[in-house]
Amino acid sequence: MVEKNLLVLLILIPLLPLLAFIVNIFFGKKLATKSAYISIAAISGSFIISLYLFFGMVSGGEKMAEFKFDWLSFGDNGVRLGIMVDGLTAVMLVVVTTVSLLVKIYSIGYMRGDSRYSRYYAYLSMFTVAMLGLILANNFLLLFISWELVGLFSYLLIGFWYEKKSASDAGKKAFITTKVGDLGFFIGLMLIFTVFGTFNFKELGELLNTGIASGSVSVATLNWIGILIFFGAVGKSAQFPLHVWLPDAMEGPTPVSALIHAATMVAAGVYLVARTFFIYMHAPLAMEVVAYTGAFTAIFAASMALVAYDIKRVLAFSTVSQLGYMIMALGVGGYTAGMFHLTTHAFFKALLFLGAGSVIHGAGTQDIREMGGLGKKMKITMVTFLIACLAIAGIPPFSGFYSKEEVLSAAFNSGHYLIYAVGTLTALITAFYMFRLFFMTFTGKMRSELHPHESPKTMTIPLMVLALLSVVSGVLFVSGHSFEKLVYFGLKEAVVPEGGHGGSHFVLYMSLAVAVLGITLAFFMYYLKKISPEYLAEKMAPVHKLLLNKYYIDELYEIVFINPSKRLAGFFFKFDQKIVDGAVNGSGFMTLLMSKIQNAFDKGYVDGAVNGAGWIANKSGELLKQLQTGFVQNYILISVVGLFIVIMLRVIFK
Amino acid sequence: MPILTLITFLPLFGAVLILFAPKGKDNLVRWISAGITFLTMVLGFYVFYIFNRNTAELQLVEKASWIPSFGISYFMGLDGLSMAMLVLTPFLSFLAAVYSFNIKERVKEYFFFFLLLETGMLGVFVALDFFLFYIFWELTLVPMYFLIGIWGGPRKEYAAIKFFLYTLFGSVIMLLGILALYLSVPAATRTFDIMELSRIHGLTPGFQQYIVYIALFIGFAIKVPVFPFHTWLPDAHVEAPTAVSVILAGVLLKMGTYGLLRISYTILPDAAKYFAIPLLILAFINIVYGAFVAMAQKDLKKMIAYSSVNHMGYCLLGIAAMSTVGLNGAILQMVTHGVITSALFFLVGVIYDRTHSRDIDGFGGLMNKMPVYSALMIFACLGSMGLPGLAGFVSEFMCFSGAFSSTLNPVVYKTFTALSVAGLVITAGYFLIMIQKVFLGPINDKWKDIPDMNMREMIAIAPLMVLMVLLGILPVIASGISVESVKSLVSILGVKV
Repeated sequence: MVEKNLLVLLILIPLLPLLAFIVNIFFGKKLATKSAYISIAAISGSFIISLYLFFGMVSGGEKMAEFKFDWLSFGDNGVRLGIMVDGLTAVMLVVVTTVSLLVKIYSIGYMRGDSRYSRYYAYLSMFTVAMLGLILANNFLLLFISWELVGLFSYLLIGFWYEKKSASDAGKKAFITTKVGDLGFFIGLMLIFTVFGTFNFKELGELLNTGIASGSVSVATLNWIGILIFFGAVGKSAQFPLHVWLPDAMEGPTPVSALIHAATMVAAGVYLVARTFFIYMHAPLAMEVVAYTGAFTAIFAASMALVAYDIKRVLAFSTVSQLGYMIMALGVGGYTAGMFHLTTHAFFKALLFLGAGSVIHGAGTQDIREMGGLGKKMKITMVTFLIACLAIAGIPPFSGFYSKEEVLSAAFNSGHYLIYAVGTLTALITAFYMFRLFFMTFTGKMRSELHPHESPKTMTIPLMVLALLSVVSGVLFVSGHSFEKLVYFGLKEAVVPEGGHGGSHFVLYMSLAVAVLGITLAFFMYYLKKISPEYLAEKMAPVHKLLLNKYYIDELYEIVFINPSKRLAGFFFKFDQKIVDGAVNGSGFMTLLMSKIQNAFDKGYVDGAVNGAGWIANKSGELLKQLQTGFVQNYILISVVGLFIVIMLRVIFK
Repeated sequence: MPILTLITFLPLFGAVLILFAPKGKDNLVRWISAGITFLTMVLGFYVFYIFNRNTAELQLVEKASWIPSFGISYFMGLDGLSMAMLVLTPFLSFLAAVYSFNIKERVKEYFFFFLLLETGMLGVFVALDFFLFYIFWELTLVPMYFLIGIWGGPRKEYAAIKFFLYTLFGSVIMLLGILALYLSVPAATRTFDIMELSRIHGLTPGFQQYIVYIALFIGFAIKVPVFPFHTWLPDAHVEAPTAVSVILAGVLLKMGTYGLLRISYTILPDAAKYFAIPLLILAFINIVYGAFVAMAQKDLKKMIAYSSVNHMGYCLLGIAAMSTVGLNGAILQMVTHGVITSALFFLVGVIYDRTHSRDIDGFGGLMNKMPVYSALMIFACLGSMGLPGLAGFVSEFMCFSGAFSSTLNPVVYKTFTALSVAGLVITAGYFLIMIQKVFLGPINDKWKDIPDMNMREMIAIAPLMVLMVLLGILPVIASGISVESVKSLVSILGVKV
């Protein structure tokens, strides 16, 4: 590829959906349902270009292209923004455009008849633009700009049905929670700027190496930078303790959940860590923080998924947990493993969400207690959903098996045995709750008066495509180490040993065993009903309640952060009115009072000897009184006071 | 052609012109004012166009001896510190004049004062003689007093008097500072020339210089306004008519920060450095305290007034940084805040004109009734929240980065900058809460017949939206103006980069 052509293609990728956004936002009313086709056409273009680039990379080895322009100037150095593509970007491009395309097709059916149909497609297109900008950015600043923009469109889409208070609340919560993480990210950026004076990834990488070699950059600084940037990832990828927004974000339309809150935006945090891995490599403490945060989040979120009854919320917890998995993988140095899991997860989790959307569309409820036996009426949905469940549970040859196993191998091989154990346990829980969900939804008898029907073709075809991807993406990427060749960091052998799956047989068999165990348990409990879940819930009531209430973290934040800041705002406002402004009004009042007293004194007791002083007091009293009269001449007089003082001072200082 | 004189006094000429308009011809007065402000704006753009960005030298200088016995001259000129404001001021004035077409009573007087005010503001930004500067500075005071006091809301008298006395108090103290500077050098070399004063450094570093700095600072701080001198602002804003609020927030506040740069920093660099950390702390208070108090507001306009306190804090942060990034950021922040907050005040005016209410809790679901209005308001709020891609982000980012990387006292600067970042999330909080209460949710039946924006309002507001996007996507068009002048200012300050 000639570099110039490559650049044109790169720019076209986000430009096409941007045009779709502009058309849809300004002419949406006229276009009505046609707006969907505009968005789909645009993203198809981006998708084809991404695929072309991707296969170019796979076959032609490495290619880096960069395009820069002056964005901001201050002093001798300004900020240049630009876009670039490498293996990591290429993979992300394919993931984002694939899911985005399928979700947009799916939405034709799902959003049919919505009063803000064209607005929906406009937002979705613009979200894609921002997401593409995020992965194409060659520097921290453009990444951050796109990062905030995806957050905005996430906010707008979560609160898409804003007439519902719960939806607008959820949007607000998502925005503010992720913003908290972004503050850390923002400070991290300032630190990078202070230390290195550039935001460009390539330049940073070089400066970092020379800085470390010469000792001018300390490991402590890099740890700080790493941890601060990671704050951003914690917010966006819904890691503990900022995970609270993601379950609520399910208030948005389901295809939105699939695209933004499962496959792409929430994975941006993982991508961020991967993209800046050159910093983490030299920041051991930051790496540990990343690893343990991920591991804890993985098991923590999985536990909440065990008891949730809302089909989308189960998936939301599962997403948080799986994101934890990816973060954990990066933290233990499994760069390729983490990104591999991100890729496979994007497909099967999008499939799960779209399947859930199909269920909700067909059955009209989100509560799995009211479902059951839907499989008979919704065959395609059931089969594709089952494939996704098998993938996420980690059953070979489905994609999740390969990526999960690599993640666990990375943890095991790096000597993080605790993290490995947590990961394996999480895999067990994951297999269990996914099949709990599957059995409760699709098998057995219908538990309430529902009239399920299969969804239209626009919805089922994306399901089938994603199902295919969920099956093959693992095998394809593992065979011939094609993924590792594309997405790796620095020295390969440090990350994944050559040969085999990169892990020991122990890890392999363990992950298989826990997956099978989890599914079997769910099978006994929810299909054969040999073990009563209600009985268990009763037996372990406190635990059950704790999980059901999401460890009371929302309530805790309410008490610790939200209410105090509201009170603080109220307090500061009172302080402002009573003390700060009170002092102003008080001094005004005192001046008036003084002038009145002087005035009275002047009138009553003045005699010839104090005439001069009395005259001044009198005049100043009058002057102050007259301030309220509203006559022009008085105000001119006041301005003349200035001149008066000039002369006075001149006389005194002469 | 003495273009700076022309641009400064063109509105004054317009003011005199409308005095001759026959009684009752209100529309004639409106169109003359619109025409004059439009011409002034065109001149402003023209100056922006011919302005040379690659030099720190003064440009378009006009100098004539005025009162030689006192060392007073008629001295005007332009450099990177003032260029941005000289284009923003006539631009906002024109939009405000267009918006003011809805003024129905005492139209002639209104526009007379309005145009007088514009001359005062423009003069402040081009005057390079202290005496001239002070005259223009005071000139803004009187028309503002009347504009609030006559065409304002229910508590207009209180607000107007408070504004007047408070800022007069500030300028009297400032005047004392000016005189002290003037008198500090031997009689033969006494001058009011700001550039000359900067060169001779009359006051040796130490007590005297600090006192003078404080005197000047109080004058400017009241204008900005810096905590705790800010309480006139919410009152003035709430009572002022919409267009006047726009001018107040968009231009008048910047006279304070401009004064800090042009006068305090240029003439008293040592004192400025001595007080850098207190200024940093004040900036921090402005940011966080302003944001919190804004969050507690029920009145939409008051909320935005307090958000100005918060946003001027970012500007102060950049100024306190004393670095090229920070100072350029502060100058850009003056422009972006001017653009964004003006849009917000216009938009509050739009809803107030229709409902005569500004109670945040009293609305609801406007999104479905006034889609254009809601979209613009949300857009402007996002701008104010510093959303990347819109103007506010760039300047806030520069102010923060400048302060964070300041070499004056790295630990203190880093700490307070990092703490100030909290202001961003509080700002996001109060804007999102407001958006939810006013625009989302089910429609409040009380407002079900409310009409969307009209043409006059669109003409006044749309350009600001365009500018917000343009400056956000390509900040280089504005950020380059101040680079050279800031460089020379930093070398005057003698801060190592």
